[in-house]
Amino acid sequence: MARITLDRLAHSYLANPAGDEDFALKQIDYDWQDGGAYALLGPSGCGKTTLLNIISGLLIPSAGHIRFDDTDVTTLSPEARNIAQVFQFPVIYDTMSVAENLAFPLRNRGIDKPEIERRVTDMLATLDLSDKANRKARGLTADEKQKISLGRGLVRYDVNAILFDEPLTVIDPHMKWQLRTKLKELHEQFEHTMIYVTHDQTEALTFADKVVVMYDGEVVQIGTPEELFDEPAHTFVGYFIGSPGMNILPAEVSGSTVSVGGGQFGLSRRYEPLSGNIEAGIRPEFVGVASARAPDDGRTRLPLTVNRVENIGRHQIVRGTVAGHDIDAVVPEGAEIPGEAVAVFDPSRINVYRDSHLVRGS
Amino acid sequence: MATDNRPFDNRAWFFVLPVFLLVALSAIIPLMTVVNYSVQDTFGNNEFFWVGTEWYQDVLNSSRFRDALVRNLIFSGIILLIEIPLGICIALCMPRKGIWVPVCLILMALPLLIPWNVVGTIWQVFGRADIGLLGYTLAAMGVDYNYATNAFDAWVTIIVMDVWHWTSLVVLLCYSGLVAIPEAYYQAARIDGASKWKVFRYIQLPKMQRVLLIAVLLRFMDSFMIYTEPFVLTGGGPGNSTTFLSIDLVKTAIGQFDVGPAAAMSIIYFLIILLLSWVFYTVMTNFGVDSDDRGRAEG
Repeated sequence: MARITLDRLAHSYLANPAGDEDFALKQIDYDWQDGGAYALLGPSGCGKTTLLNIISGLLIPSAGHIRFDDTDVTTLSPEARNIAQVFQFPVIYDTMSVAENLAFPLRNRGIDKPEIERRVTDMLATLDLSDKANRKARGLTADEKQKISLGRGLVRYDVNAILFDEPLTVIDPHMKWQLRTKLKELHEQFEHTMIYVTHDQTEALTFADKVVVMYDGEVVQIGTPEELFDEPAHTFVGYFIGSPGMNILPAEVSGSTVSVGGGQFGLSRRYEPLSGNIEAGIRPEFVGVASARAPDDGRTRLPLTVNRVENIGRHQIVRGTVAGHDIDAVVPEGAEIPGEAVAVFDPSRINVYRDSHLVRGS
Repeated sequence: MATDNRPFDNRAWFFVLPVFLLVALSAIIPLMTVVNYSVQDTFGNNEFFWVGTEWYQDVLNSSRFRDALVRNLIFSGIILLIEIPLGICIALCMPRKGIWVPVCLILMALPLLIPWNVVGTIWQVFGRADIGLLGYTLAAMGVDYNYATNAFDAWVTIIVMDVWHWTSLVVLLCYSGLVAIPEAYYQAARIDGASKWKVFRYIQLPKMQRVLLIAVLLRFMDSFMIYTEPFVLTGGGPGNSTTFLSIDLVKTAIGQFDVGPAAAMSIIYFLIILLLSWVFYTVMTNFGVDSDDRGRAEG
């Protein structure tokens, strides 16, 4: 187990990258704490698999260094780095039995027989595969195969980190949940550093202590699920995390007042005069829908045109427009949507963005 | 399924009719003609007499047939033992990407484009001690080589000829199996610390199982039916040393006009190929599979 340090790391698949846009992974500096559970989240093609392959050693970065504790491993091969990786599609050795699959990495490392046997037996029990120990691995279901791929990493007690590259892609939905729970359990039990790549926010937010959000080769925010929800550092994070994503509206800020959608809201923080493209972000969860005829309660009300209401079970999503801008609101199940509606914002939940980046007031 | 709501229309059988006609004309009717000959005798004038299984007994009891069968089995065995491992080795050495891929593929495909009788003729000339490059060179080096008089030399020549002609097929099949293996398998093997041999034994070989099955079946059937090459090179000699079943069959049918025995021989020949192919198929598809997984589709 180890702390993993990324030191001015960057990668381009081109031999002579000219500008920023040639880099699949733009410069990143970060420390992954020993024993942490991290998720790398982002849309396809954002560079998350590139970053993962650099950490595992399948790819040598074009710039910067990577260290495990204090050892520079930038040019070391995957086998020398002592890491484990679980791939998108389950990789199993077809002709071996389940137990032989789990013993394989240990045998390759010349560990003695009784020790291998003990560890494999333990791991079979941990993965709930004891009754299939002597079955050939090829006949198993996708989730069982994926458990074996994971188990081959876990039997090596001393691995520095376990990396997951969208490991639940081919798993049935009801098994996904079980496997995710299992992963969480294993993380608590073994305390390995785990890095989990996914484009599914539910997977990322349930699995990880810290989520690294990537966009276009760049890390845009690293934070706990709460931080990503409450204070997205970039409008992309606001939009990408949450269902539906954050409402982003053009705005003007002066002091502690923000004008958005034709109304003014008092903010809890003060802002210096801002230049550039200023936007306000508010999550649909903090947008209320009220009747225009209701008595004035002193809150700022913005006339809302309701275009569509989607009932998704425990709550409804109202899709509408305020002053010509699309806006989503989440309202409780069964709440009546008035014909003449107004949108009500919770001012304490409004974030201010300049050129897509969060501005924290004082 | 509890309820089957699919529409039924027996007219759909008409769609099968063209295929049935084709198969009937190309396979079933000719085969039945052979069956018909194999149970009758004739003295000409298109008059036939029923003889039952007499021809079959004759064929099975003749040492001529048994000797030829043994020759066939040995020949196919040697061919498989050489071409399959050699084909796998060459496929493993071929590049997976870059400009050399098409070059290698074209080089490999070349021998497959040459007709059998041309291959036979090439080697027949090539091996002659008086004018052939190979025969002349060997003679100059003091090696006593003559495929026309020495049975061993004739066998070596035919085997080398077949290996030269058909190993490419095994290579191409294996290569297609190898390039279909996802990169993640090799990456996982590196992370698991597997040696090159283990990567071959536990990833490449199992993943090639299906294409190898095709390669083995094709090479077995083809080598078991070998005719043109020995016919062109040695005509079955010296003596009977390269008289394989097919050559014997043609001699019986066309050389001696013994249509009945030749027909019986064809049927037995056909059944042997069918039986051995089935054995190869069964053994190879069930290798490394649990008994309860047999027949199940796999990913």
